This record gives sequence, C-alpha cells and structure tokens, in this order.
Amino acid sequence: MADARAGCVVAAAGVLTDKANTAAVQSNGSGKELRMTARVGQKAPDFEASALMEGTFKNVRLSEYSGKWVVLCFYPGDFTFV
Amino acid sequence: MTAVAVKYKELRALGVEILAVSTDSRFTHKIWQEQELSKMVEGGVPFPMLSDAGGAIGEGYGVYDTAASVDIRVRFIIDPDGVIRGAEILTPEVGRNVSELFRQVLAFQHVVKTGEVTPSGWQPGKPTLKPGFALAGNVWKEWKVESAFS
Repeated sequence: MADARAGCVVAAAGVLTDKANTAAVQSNGSGKELRMTARVGQKAPDFEASALMEGTFKNVRLSEYSGKWVVLCFYPGDFTFV
Repeated sequence: MTAVAVKYKELRALGVEILAVSTDSRFTHKIWQEQELSKMVEGGVPFPMLSDAGGAIGEGYGVYDTAASVDIRVRFIIDPDGVIRGAEILTPEVGRNVSELFRQVLAFQHVVKTGEVTPSGWQPGKPTLKPGFALAGNVWKEWKVESAFS
C-alpha cells in the first residue's frame, strides 16, 4: 500500500484498465471513450483512490485486497446520514 | 457508516475488508471523521474512506449520478478472486442494513466453500440446497416456503 505524500499534487490513478478487466470494458456508444461497467459475476474494475486511513492520507488500490472479501460501499456524501 | 464501523471487528473476523467511497475529498473525509464520526463511534471509522473526486470510479461502477455529481448509495460484495458477488442499490433516503450485509457475506462464503446454494431467507445453520439433476423439480420436497421467514 503505497504511502502517498499528503500534498495536493499527488493524484491517485483513478480507474485502472488492464488485461484482467478488459472484459468489463465496453464502448459507451460514441466510440470515443471506453467505460467500465460493474456487473455481478464479473471482475470488479480495479482503481486507485486517495483515502483517509489509519489516521493519515494514503492511496489505495482495490487489487491490494485480492484474496480477501471486500465490501465496497459508495455513499452520496460526507456529513449526511449514511 | 458508523453502523458498519461498530461491527468492523466482527467483519474482519470473517475475512472481510470495508472500503467506503464518496466524491468528497480526503480532506473532507478527515474533517467529517474528526468533527462527527469520532463522536458517534469511539476512535472514528476504522476502515479506509476513499475519495472519488470527479466520480471516475463511480462511473466505472455505474453508480455515478451526473446530475447530482455524487456516487449513489450502492454496496458491492467482492469475493477473494475479485469478482463482484452482490450489489445493493438504494436511493439516498434509505440507509443500509448491516445485519443483511452479514447474512449475505456468510451466504456467499458458505456457497464458495461448499458448492451448495442458499434459498430465500437463509440464515447460518439453516438448510441449504444441493443444485443438480436430482433437485430439479423437487425443491418442494427439500424446502418449505415457511422456512424463508423463520
């Protein structure tokens, strides 16, 4: 789990495309852009995001959790009830 | 969020990791943790809170609401091979049920371990079914609908 420097300039990679999940890559119809769609029964798209964890800022990749069960919870926003 | 946080140790004991994601920045996560979450659960939320600023990850998962510029409330269960097993999608007004999360995780773990399947309303310890030729057309002998509710 790479330590990210806390400065604003260190960007996380976002969605990662690689051989493992090219099956999940589909055209969005315009032909200009490739997008991934998540479906049950298919490989979860890998990504890297900046995160608050263990009392500091780090970058996290989903693929670092390979071999474990992962509950990935998207929610609409901080300071709301979630 | 805090409901999952108080059950974090139990989830870890099942080999489950939690990742929370919103479009807020990591700085906003920090302030929310300090100003509110740490007052609701001792020590604050113990699992990573990820920033999906711009919504690219949410878009990749089909959960980004472009009109509101937020990721909608969706919970995925991903197995150790990285395959998505479950997705629960709710509009923002209704929160999730952590007990149901436990039930689904235990069901998927049982299914992966045994090759059996878990019928409606299954809870740990309750009967499972063995899919195959013999079961086809004979579920009614093996499983009663009342057991979905008791």
